Amino acid sequence: MAEPMGFYTDTTVCIGCKACEVACKEWNQLPSTNGGVNTLSGDSYDNTRQLDGIHWRHVKFIEQFTENRQDGRWLLMSDVCKHCVHAACLEVCPTGAIVRTEFDTVVIQSDACNGCRDCIAACPFGVIDINPASGTAQKCTLCYDRLQSGMEPACSKACPTDSIQFGTIRELRGRAEKRVEQLHQAGEKRAYLYGADEKMLGGLNSFYLLVDKPEVYGLPPDPKMPSRNLTSGSWFSALGAVLVGLIGVINFRNRGARLAAEEERR
Amino acid sequence: MNGFPSSTYFSAPPDWGWLIVLYFFFGGLAGGTYFLAALIDFFGHPEDRPLARLGYYISFPCIIISALLLTFDLYRPLRFWHMLIESNTYQPLFKPWSPMSLGSWSLLIFGIFSFLSFLGALAEGDRIRWSAARGLHGPGVLAKVIAFIGGIFGFYVAGYTGVLLAVTNRPVWSDTSLLGMLFLVSAASISAALMILLAERSRWTMPGLAALHRMDIWVIVLEFIVLIAVMFSLGPVFRAWLNLWGLLLFVVIIFGMLLPIALNWRRDWLGNHNVTATALLILAGGFLLRLVIVFSSEGI
Repeated sequence: MAEPMGFYTDTTVCIGCKACEVACKEWNQLPSTNGGVNTLSGDSYDNTRQLDGIHWRHVKFIEQFTENRQDGRWLLMSDVCKHCVHAACLEVCPTGAIVRTEFDTVVIQSDACNGCRDCIAACPFGVIDINPASGTAQKCTLCYDRLQSGMEPACSKACPTDSIQFGTIRELRGRAEKRVEQLHQAGEKRAYLYGADEKMLGGLNSFYLLVDKPEVYGLPPDPKMPSRNLTSGSWFSALGAVLVGLIGVINFRNRGARLAAEEERR
Repeated sequence: MNGFPSSTYFSAPPDWGWLIVLYFFFGGLAGGTYFLAALIDFFGHPEDRPLARLGYYISFPCIIISALLLTFDLYRPLRFWHMLIESNTYQPLFKPWSPMSLGSWSLLIFGIFSFLSFLGALAEGDRIRWSAARGLHGPGVLAKVIAFIGGIFGFYVAGYTGVLLAVTNRPVWSDTSLLGMLFLVSAASISAALMILLAERSRWTMPGLAALHRMDIWVIVLEFIVLIAVMFSLGPVFRAWLNLWGLLLFVVIIFGMLLPIALNWRRDWLGNHNVTATALLILAGGFLLRLVIVFSSEGI
């Protein structure tokens, strides 16, 4: 297996140009929204709105301004599939359509997916959705086809500020830690890495440098694996089955005993 | 957490709608009626045999309906077999840690047992003239083995759907471990209600019917307790039900649980219609319960 590859996204240098979105759409031949008829969201400059089956990159525009708008800041973040080391989507997929590649990335094989949508409900980041053109669940592949040819993913290649950086996870982590240090020294003490270490789902192969709480960026502060409920849920169900079974046996046996007693009396 | 009661609020809805609600309902009926029929086979009296047969008659059509609902809910229905067979290697695909994978296999296996018992019940009830099928239902060893294994799978089919919802990252569904238990107990209550309803309409008077009715009330009490436990286990996520869905759930509790218990206690309230009304209320409550649980999370 090749060394794990991924993205490090430094949100502090994102300028919201959406070149990553365009490059992703173009390379992956993703259809336009609403047949190309554009509608404005009314939510800052964000008209992409969300990650889904036809938007595998999404630049978020977060406006943090005072009420009189005299002070404030923009938070910009190019969101994408996290290619989790412990991937919730891969765990629940019943068809085996979701696989881990030799680059430690997570890819949905469109020809195997049947559109059951279990992965959509399982992903803690809300990354996956159905692509209406294929009728299958789709998301970022980290440009698996480009990686196989030794090329860089389209989005990071197109990013003009190097907000999105591609490389081996080991190298990216080192680079990201240095950047956090640099920001701290420059007075931006809020800078931290989200998903860079193993604590979060075994590590996110697409991790972020953020300067506010994860929730502000629409990221879960504590994402979990769906299987956390599997054992307890199964045991509680078994308990339910035992209780219903006992209720049934007691009621049918009691009736039997009463009938026998009545017959004896007769 | 910046106004979010749980980390599950950052996931996306899978768009599981009416077909899934109906599947949960019919799947519950399929598994529950089979389990009750098996219970009557094992612990009932010979005069209750028509009641057991009724359970098998309901179970098999319901499991067929369930399979069709699930298939049509897929965005690529013709790929339904990908749930069981790996499409590129043609090897069986079984992931015991994925409730949907395990559930797909259970549906298939339960479907086979349900079909066998259905055939046996038809033969015993003289609805088909096939002597070989007579051994599939009745006092014989083969029939008992089929009923025992089928009953276990039946209960699995009735309850796994709740575990499937819990093994996601969606609000409400994955914020409690009790949905499997709730769905399983509810499956027993709606199944008993449907069997009582159909038996009443046929004017059956076998003694097992009274036992089934009594059992149903006990199960409704248990279901009520489990639903309250679900509400407590949700913690701050309970606020997802402080809306119209919560109101509908309140209706389920009042009309689908407490009123049937009250009707059983005061049997003179509706006279001859008491049992029928109780069964109808339980069935409607069971359907609405699934509707609230599915749609209240889908809306977040």
